[in-house]
Amino acid sequence: MSLAEKYPQEIEAIYAKYPADRKRSAVMPLLYLAQRDEGYITKGSMAEIAALLDLEVTEVASIVGFYTLYHDKKEGKYRMQVCNDLPCALRGADQFLESLCQNLGIQVGETTPDGLVTLEAVMCLAACDKAPMFQLQDDDKVAYYENMTVDKTMELIDALKKGGLGESIRDASSREVK
Amino acid sequence: MAHLLLRHRDIPDIKKLDVYVKNGGFTALKKAVTGMQPGQVMDEVKASGLRGRGGAGFPTGVKWSFIPKGVFPTYVVANADESEPGTFKDREIMEGNPYQFLEGVAIACYAIQSNVGYVYLRGEFYQLARELDDCLAEMEKAGYLGDNLFGSNYSLRIRTHLGAGAYICGEETALLESIEGKRGQPRIRPPFPALYGLYGKPTVINNVETLTNVPLIIEKGAAWYKSMGTEKSPGVKIFSLSGNVTRPGNYELPLGTTFRELIFTHGGGIPDGHQVKGIMPAGASSSIILVNSATFDKVMDTPMDYESVQNVGSLLGSASVILIDDTCSMDWIINKTMHFFKHESCGKCTPCRDGTYWMLHLVERIHAGNGTNADVQILQSVANQVNGKCLCALGDFSTMAITSAIERFPQDFESKVKT
Amino acid sequence: MAQMVTLTVNEVKVTVPAGTLIVDAAKRAGIDIPVFCYHPKMEPVGMCRQCLVEIGRPMIDRTTSQPVPGEDGNPRIQFMPKLETACTNPVSEGMVVLTASEKAKAGQKEIIELLLTSHPLDCPVCDKGGECPLQNLTMAYGSSGSRFIYDEKQHAAKSIPLGELIYLDRERCIQCARCIRFQKDIAGEPVLDFYQRGRATDIVTYSEPGFDSIFSGNTTDICPVGALTTADFRFGARPWEMNHTASLCAQCPVGCNITFNVRREAKSGGGHSIKRIMPRQNEQVNEIWMCDKGRFAGYHFAESAERLTQPLIKGAPADLQTAQKLVAEKLKEAKAETVVLAGGRLANEDLFNLKQLADGLGGKALLYTPIGGGEYTAVYGLTAGSNLGDLGKGSTVLVIASDLHDEAPIWYLRIKAAAQRGATVVVANARATPLDDFATFVVRYAYGDEVQTVNSLSGKEQFAGAFSAENLVIFYGSDGLGMAGSTALAEACAGLVKSRAGKPNNGLVGVWNAANTQGAYELGFRPATDLASELKGKAVYVAAADPAGDDPALAEALKSASFLAVQELFLTETARLAAVVLPASAYTEREGTFTSAERRVQRFYPAVPPRPGTRPDFALTADIARYAGIELEGRSPLLVMNRIAASVKVFSGISYARLAEVTEQYPIVGRGDLYYGGTTYENTQGLGTHLALSQEDISAGAKPHAALRPKENELLAIPASKVYDRGTTMVAARLLDGRAGVPTVAVNPVTAGKIGLAAGDPAKVSLNEAEYDVIVKLDESLSTGVVLVYRSFGIPISEPTPVKISVAEKA
Repeated sequence: MSLAEKYPQEIEAIYAKYPADRKRSAVMPLLYLAQRDEGYITKGSMAEIAALLDLEVTEVASIVGFYTLYHDKKEGKYRMQVCNDLPCALRGADQFLESLCQNLGIQVGETTPDGLVTLEAVMCLAACDKAPMFQLQDDDKVAYYENMTVDKTMELIDALKKGGLGESIRDASSREVK
Repeated sequence: MAHLLLRHRDIPDIKKLDVYVKNGGFTALKKAVTGMQPGQVMDEVKASGLRGRGGAGFPTGVKWSFIPKGVFPTYVVANADESEPGTFKDREIMEGNPYQFLEGVAIACYAIQSNVGYVYLRGEFYQLARELDDCLAEMEKAGYLGDNLFGSNYSLRIRTHLGAGAYICGEETALLESIEGKRGQPRIRPPFPALYGLYGKPTVINNVETLTNVPLIIEKGAAWYKSMGTEKSPGVKIFSLSGNVTRPGNYELPLGTTFRELIFTHGGGIPDGHQVKGIMPAGASSSIILVNSATFDKVMDTPMDYESVQNVGSLLGSASVILIDDTCSMDWIINKTMHFFKHESCGKCTPCRDGTYWMLHLVERIHAGNGTNADVQILQSVANQVNGKCLCALGDFSTMAITSAIERFPQDFESKVKT
Repeated sequence: MAQMVTLTVNEVKVTVPAGTLIVDAAKRAGIDIPVFCYHPKMEPVGMCRQCLVEIGRPMIDRTTSQPVPGEDGNPRIQFMPKLETACTNPVSEGMVVLTASEKAKAGQKEIIELLLTSHPLDCPVCDKGGECPLQNLTMAYGSSGSRFIYDEKQHAAKSIPLGELIYLDRERCIQCARCIRFQKDIAGEPVLDFYQRGRATDIVTYSEPGFDSIFSGNTTDICPVGALTTADFRFGARPWEMNHTASLCAQCPVGCNITFNVRREAKSGGGHSIKRIMPRQNEQVNEIWMCDKGRFAGYHFAESAERLTQPLIKGAPADLQTAQKLVAEKLKEAKAETVVLAGGRLANEDLFNLKQLADGLGGKALLYTPIGGGEYTAVYGLTAGSNLGDLGKGSTVLVIASDLHDEAPIWYLRIKAAAQRGATVVVANARATPLDDFATFVVRYAYGDEVQTVNSLSGKEQFAGAFSAENLVIFYGSDGLGMAGSTALAEACAGLVKSRAGKPNNGLVGVWNAANTQGAYELGFRPATDLASELKGKAVYVAAADPAGDDPALAEALKSASFLAVQELFLTETARLAAVVLPASAYTEREGTFTSAERRVQRFYPAVPPRPGTRPDFALTADIARYAGIELEGRSPLLVMNRIAASVKVFSGISYARLAEVTEQYPIVGRGDLYYGGTTYENTQGLGTHLALSQEDISAGAKPHAALRPKENELLAIPASKVYDRGTTMVAARLLDGRAGVPTVAVNPVTAGKIGLAAGDPAKVSLNEAEYDVIVKLDESLSTGVVLVYRSFGIPISEPTPVKISVAEKA
């Protein structure tokens, strides 16, 4: 079934955000919608979005290729995206990532054998004060997990296996409020 | 002193509309729309001396005044693409005190008579965008957005737009391209967004923190605002403190607060008995301030405002203060920053696209201990070659840490290269 | 007039219109500023940063707004601390630009060094080597060595077919986006784009078929490196081995100026081979572009091994003189019973001689064409001073019954550009065409209503003003029309431009299917309303036409001719029926002129020697005439043209010398600066000239026309044209086989659904009592009563004709 058939209201709401003669602006939200639908962006959905917005499919693909949160390949159910940029690295993100790899038995960029988690190293996520941290991206969400330890992360993965999201461990330390 | 921007730290439920209203929320918007001409709003902000908190420090009111009169539509775009390594202030504002930010967007829209504002959030703020969407719906329901605000003939709507993973979209013209559904690559300037912005229309683009200041200025007046901070850099600023520091986090302090106060009084100093070796006051884009026994006091007593930080060889930028202690070697630091910039180079212009690629190879070689003195010299030279020749500032940014590290910390490279 | 601005570039004072970019201003002063991404036909993007220069501007006193004087009394110049790009900065009064200062030179050198860090430097095996901007600019502005360690170079895929026509070498690409921008901004077919970002940025196409654009070849001309190459030429020759000859494209009536690149090679036994076609600049015709049909089909037919090289009498080899004498004898016998039938791909000189022969015998000179109305374009067509490139605000263009994109691709580009410059473009068709996307107004009518539509146009309110604009150019075609219908349409359209006759940028243009149909009309040829009956029992002399191949009814008519001689390149169906067959030289092998449908007469020059055994048409005809006792010029086309000029009024004053004249054109292309405009050739051999208008008294204006319309429960086959077909000059271009495809018909999805057909299904169509296998294509814009049948695909269709369509049995 096409996106237009499945999500008519969402699509209308997306169109409503932009001026009527600027439909192209809807391409990014529509790509998120497609990704939510199938877990990644297929050529078929690129073609559909192109048709909806009067674009060439090449133009839509070009957007997918530019932005790192769009994926045109199926990977793990969750993408665990660990920030190991400078501020996080100063707080041990590299070591965290390395031992996470060891614990999961995979390299950065790989997916656990059960297809649950793809482990990625990413650039700054604006949570530098709460490193080590990562974001967990699934079809429909991007959630931050902060002040993490390897143990807590393994605990989260167990929760993910059982279908939960480990809400209680979103922030492994209590957030300091000043 | 109570927080002015991070008010949720004092009033935890201020992210709820009724709590925000109870605490004076939207009085500024109402005052502006019902009691002030757009030009008066602009003048008030101009008089406050508020400067852009995204990094450039350009006077906000002056920026608004570049919008040509009588051209419709115009747009206000809030830059919530917060992506500079070391910067995490806008996220906290939007998570904790969203309505004050959105009220700021609304006032800015009124000032330039725009009927639509966009909030451009980086894609990683997916969850946050949903929360803001809920806030916007609440505002519309409560009559703070929509047609005929407060019975006036002014109508306003605010929409969110999510990026999808691209640091470059923090650059204002790349951001506009991204809203237009294109690859987030910077445009050539001029024309500047004030004349040719979103959809080719006059557009004001302001940082989240900048806009969050606006309701205060309208409510309490420019004079009150100017009473904080320094003469040229008035007001309060959120300093994002990270790296090798005991208590990292956001600190809302008057502009002109010294490094010493931020790092030692608030941040608790350097953990484990280590010494500060370098400070990057503007995130990964900074020139690294050299801190050693000779410079320590001068640096620490430097007020953090837009002018003074230049005296210690760097820029305040977005005030994302990354502390580097004496366990770190600068070749490792620039290896980190180069990975970042190479990854985030949009590829549009040659010096940035090919320069970041080349510099990363040099940096990696040096960091791995396989470099020579000649490699360090070439690295320095390529950095100079890239600097000042790019289409936007990203290419320049990528060279700041490199040139300052090699210049100010030569021993870290001497000890690293093959002889 | 634009305001003029004076600036100084490297101490040379230059005065240019305000708004001119520094890079272009310098070029006009003869100063080269190196560029890769900038192209004078496209908006600047400032991406490659190669054009870094020092820019100084007069210091202005803020209080007086006057320039601050320096010590010498001249305004004091303030230079910016950073180098700036010459491609993005427009000139301003008093500006001082230094393009070759130490600082500027260092900047330019540094950018080249950076570019080369990602380049494979495989020039020895690169097709672009020898005409490569990157290579040339590296020699001129780069340094001899590099500090980059080439083991660290990023490798990328090479030889990726973007489609079957264009190959991409990802390693060579320098991400200048010229190809992407050309496709998007000039062609309006954005089927190329960047993928990924940063150093990983590369060019992709997701279209089906890949790189789905009929202008794709132009990207290889403007690609400043060897990243994009054509499948037709790659690994074919080195640029410096080839000679170049100015010519014209003969694939459609636009008259694109081209260059044949030729070399002698072992493969052809040491003989000359055409290796490729490149566009040649003519800003009034094709600017610096050409379409893929011209580029990839324009010469293969002439190089074909199937060419006729031996005169035949009753199918048996014969001596040329004997054959010609036999023809002369038969025609002389037939006298007024002679019919000369000529195709529109013949040169003016050929047609003139054929006409003279027919006239001398008292016979008829008929034009073989599916489209009528040239008698109107001769009187109300375009004339001197006209240039589609000048149309913008204040001009109206009407396109009716034509898909310009497929029938005359360069006009599609130029009308699209006119629309973007502000011209009112009205596209009136019975189905959707690509030009609709750029039209100011789209008018949709039912097939059969063409004349009524023209009638109603000037009256319609929403067009108010459009048809009384300063300029009005009308392109009419034959979409869905036969001879009678297209002639009636021409007459109706002529009524709209009648009062404007002779005014530059005003007139009627026929979208012919051949290069010189206009010339044939101008020289007095007329199509027959009922060709079959004209041929029966006559002595027929056919040149460059294959009526028997196109239509079985015409084959029958020719079989009953008293005599048939055919002058041809190939042994066509018609030639097979002929008593005498005379092998003609291809236009690539001789000189001549064509008259474009815009009525511009242009010269083409011999690129290769004639195929042995062949002679040019005009000479073959002159011999026959001489044997028949009629004296014609057969020595050289130049001399024939002199006779034309002396005897055909609209050609008066035209000579080969005049046609070879060139005036300065902008942008400057070719020469040494390939990096600027691309590898398009500079025009040094003639821009051609417009014909004067015929003063023939001819009625114009809409007359009632009884068109065939689909009846209830009946389908009507409608003739239409597709850019790539299976015509005589197309089939030899094997590269285009896939794009031309198999015979296809288009129907409305509702029609298809009723019959039980879906897109891509095989089907059978039967018309005129014959059955043909086709593939079904769906087109929602078609009315439900029609079946679109494409010409030159082996299905004879000259008029709207009742048709049946059914599901084909599965093989």
